Amino acid sequence: MKTFAEMNFPGRLIAVEGLDGSGKSTQIYLLKRWLEAEGIKVYFSEWNSSELVKSATSKGKKRELLTPTTFSLIHATDFADRYERHLVPLLRAGYIVLCDRYVFTAFARDVTRGCPAEWVRGNYSFACAPDLTMFFKADLEVSLNRILEGRPKLKFFEAGMDLRLSTDPYESFKIFQGRILEQYMAMSKEFNFVVMDANENVEKQQVLVRKLVSEKIDLKKFKRRSPLPLPPSLAGDHLEKEESEDKAA
Amino acid sequence: MSAKKSHKFYGHGIPRVKPEDLGGKLIVVEGADGSGRSTQIAELVNWLETSGRPTVQVGLKRSTLVSEELEKAQHGNVLSRTTLSLFYATDFADQLGNIIIPALKAGFIVLADRYIYTLMARDLVRGMDEKWLKNLYGIAPVPDAVFYLTVEPEELVQRNLSKNATLDYWESGMDLGLSREVFDSFLKYQGAMGEAFRLLQKTYKFEIVDANRSVGAVNKELRKKISAVLEE
Repeated sequence: MKTFAEMNFPGRLIAVEGLDGSGKSTQIYLLKRWLEAEGIKVYFSEWNSSELVKSATSKGKKRELLTPTTFSLIHATDFADRYERHLVPLLRAGYIVLCDRYVFTAFARDVTRGCPAEWVRGNYSFACAPDLTMFFKADLEVSLNRILEGRPKLKFFEAGMDLRLSTDPYESFKIFQGRILEQYMAMSKEFNFVVMDANENVEKQQVLVRKLVSEKIDLKKFKRRSPLPLPPSLAGDHLEKEESEDKAA
Repeated sequence: MSAKKSHKFYGHGIPRVKPEDLGGKLIVVEGADGSGRSTQIAELVNWLETSGRPTVQVGLKRSTLVSEELEKAQHGNVLSRTTLSLFYATDFADQLGNIIIPALKAGFIVLADRYIYTLMARDLVRGMDEKWLKNLYGIAPVPDAVFYLTVEPEELVQRNLSKNATLDYWESGMDLGLSREVFDSFLKYQGAMGEAFRLLQKTYKFEIVDANRSVGAVNKELRKKISAVLEE
């Protein structure tokens, strides 16, 4: 799996991975705010967010009719849609793309659900590797507490109830998350994860995230050359003016 | 029909399904729109059920999970090729897990109105990697028989026009930009699909049935071949 840099894309892709409740979404959000403030061309993309596939995914999850295979494929479809329509064009246009979860989420989850690793990896083989992958590793107990405190009602697939690990959703969730963590750790070296201590406080982690990003990527190169385009109302006025000038001429 | 249960998967198969638990028979009819596929299948179902054999039918874009979304996306013509490919694979996998596998376990005859070969041929024509497709569709059970109904593209045009008075956008491969005119595009696309099928035939060994003939003649041949499969 080659990185976008190795494939000579002008843009760079940064991914965060980790268990639910590891704090990775907060970290990537703060990273995005910083890059934006620095005037850098940045785009954020979230796992499982393609408009096209969303209704099918939520229908499947609500009716609990997903098998490990369809669960895997519907997420691959979602990823492919975002990859082909957003990620690739933006990376070709020299953007820094931030991904809250990338293919590794599928590698870990779908394999935990029983899909063969080679099959899952093969399906995602159209995607390049991130230029930087940060894995937020909190103690399992810490991640579990963050989730279980905030959202007491666990969803069926989120808790891995389809695996019949336990009839108790909380117990099932714990076992499921533990197995996903094992899968993540097993691929950490192979995919060059930078493992972040997610037990540390949020601010300290963010300092480290920003340091890592600026060491890995020459951010100056990704600054917008021109200011942001005019809002549509002003752009419209401008056009009208031109037209009237034409008429006058 | 013998009670012997055994099927194989093309590749990894699907989690928690043992191929030796799959009895029944899986019979696939492939062919372009206008090849008489649906008519033939209706006749076959009628024949099988009359002779007391339980049957179940599956086809493309019929899953409860994604068929609506797939239809919508095709109308908007907004999907890129990998996305479209995976969307169809999801549709297939949903019917596989929820209809084909349970039916085979129960010893039913499953009649598939198109199978992974059409999906693979469409993707091959659109430049997708053959190895990638083989891995993806390694989830599919190997059918007991596959019949590919072939009709000359010129005859397909005639049949489609006499039925609908128009040529379908996707069946004409208009997304490929082969020609700006749908008539020319249809001929070129169906020619390319035929070639892709011939390429797949080398690996997947399906039986080619000349469907330029009458419905009755084709059905007679299919029944004869299916009878042999059912006695295995």
